[in-house]
Amino acid sequence: MRALLNQRSITLLVLAAVIAALPFVFPSSYYFRVASLVWVSALAAIGLNILMGQAGQVSLGHAAFFGIGAYAVAIGPTHLGIPPWAALLVGAVLSGILAYLVGRPILRLKGHYLAIATLGLGVLVALVITTESRWTGGPDGMPVERLTLFGWRVSGSYTWYWVTGGLLLVGTWIALNLDETPTGRAFRALHDSEVAAQVVGVDVARFKLQAFVIAAIYASLAGSALAFMNGFINPDQAGFLHSVELVTIVVLGGLGSVFGSIVGAAVLITLPQALTIFQEYEHLLLGLIIIVAMIFMRNGIVPSLSGLLVRRARS
Amino acid sequence: MTILKANDIGISFGGVKAVDGVSFSASPGQILSIIGPNGAGKTTLFNIVSGVYTASRGSIHLADEDVTGLPPHRLAARGLSRTFQNLQIFQRMTACENVMVGRHLREKCSLLPALFRTPSVTRQNRETRAAALDLLAEVGLKDAADVPAGSLPYGACKRLEIARALAAEPRVLLLDEPAAGCNAVETEEIDHLIKQVADRGVAVVLVEHDMKLVMKISDRILVLERGRPLVEGTPREVRDDPRVLEAYLGQHGAREAARA
Repeated sequence: MRALLNQRSITLLVLAAVIAALPFVFPSSYYFRVASLVWVSALAAIGLNILMGQAGQVSLGHAAFFGIGAYAVAIGPTHLGIPPWAALLVGAVLSGILAYLVGRPILRLKGHYLAIATLGLGVLVALVITTESRWTGGPDGMPVERLTLFGWRVSGSYTWYWVTGGLLLVGTWIALNLDETPTGRAFRALHDSEVAAQVVGVDVARFKLQAFVIAAIYASLAGSALAFMNGFINPDQAGFLHSVELVTIVVLGGLGSVFGSIVGAAVLITLPQALTIFQEYEHLLLGLIIIVAMIFMRNGIVPSLSGLLVRRARS
Repeated sequence: MTILKANDIGISFGGVKAVDGVSFSASPGQILSIIGPNGAGKTTLFNIVSGVYTASRGSIHLADEDVTGLPPHRLAARGLSRTFQNLQIFQRMTACENVMVGRHLREKCSLLPALFRTPSVTRQNRETRAAALDLLAEVGLKDAADVPAGSLPYGACKRLEIARALAAEPRVLLLDEPAAGCNAVETEEIDHLIKQVADRGVAVVLVEHDMKLVMKISDRILVLERGRPLVEGTPREVRDDPRVLEAYLGQHGAREAARA
């Protein structure tokens, strides 16, 4: 366990060091913005990883909760006069409640059936956001009021770099905490063998639901952060492609690895920026890189590389 | 005194009566073995008793409480634990973590303290790990504590399952072929282990094909054939019953065996 404890604090320390060090090498505010995008995506992916990597349940509609978080901070202050910070909490609570209500029936499904059911949930939420244009601005999206905390207006890519970086640190800390607890073990147990988990007393339905709600709240907070940061929000953030992007981050980085989700987000967000020099071949190359990465690093980037390092160290 | 009582259990799969009118009872400190040829319905019976399948008829009482149709985790909370014939270990967890999951019901498991890693969570974790290590030592797996369970050899996995089942501190323990695929030495160890568990007052119900083991440690034996109860009695009674030989070897084989 001492080794695991170390691994946990090492992950946190490395992440904190990276967040603190990057500003020294960033030449322009554009870099701060891209890095903030990475932190936000990583936050959502870490939550989804608790559901997919730990508890082994797939969600193909996770952007729905991201969208709810984003639109909560857009609609709350604009239409209902709720302070922005409170709207963020309202979004998280709403996401949690929706996950709880929807999760109850659909988490009984397994594998492909669960994938389709969550896909349906994602499509439904995106549809509501697109059509309720009186509230959401429809397909064009809507502006988001700036976040003010105790009179401090949070704005600018430099500030948001630190805010989202801090959020990611807290999110990482919580996800790592969960691992070595009865709840975390129950997640991993039901992933490996539901029937064995049941006969030692794990209420499988309850723990699947908990993982789903946790993942939904992570996504919602990430969505709110992105909306504040951009000052604008559109339905794409709640759409199917964004759901797929989140799943890709989790799988590419490594299922079950918290650090993997951060690395996956870094790769999937920065790679398209780096590939823009190839202009129209950008998407082709992105797809190719993902395919090659998955062929050679079947367990995802972080677990595969750390496995390789361990083998090297032994031989 | 009985703690587990199954009465007139039956289940059908697509018209085939896999288990049909089986009754048995288990008492604290006693070892009841259920034997029978392949396909006699032993594992199906276990699946019903442990709540994995729902019986189409009959009732199950655990400590004088009707538990018919309860899901497995509820039965586990009432003191029923089991192992599986086809291994069901948590492959991606270490051996120690496997046993720690077995302590699930003995742990406080609230979400918020877990998310923020309060001192009580860390303390409980330490206690659970200590308890798990003791159990691993008991089944001879102490050195494998931090090895991923998926990389353990077959015999070790069998013992790991027993340790995990014991971690719940059950009152009734169902063991589905614990010695299958084990060599003579390993079987001997498992034999000792089962007797120790029974001596602590646990009611043990055993499904096993190793007749030497069964005859040696059982207090009572129930023989099933094609889903129906054939004979029930002490090991001596069962061994001498011509119907049992016939069930295993067929009529012809039984005659041969009688002459031998």
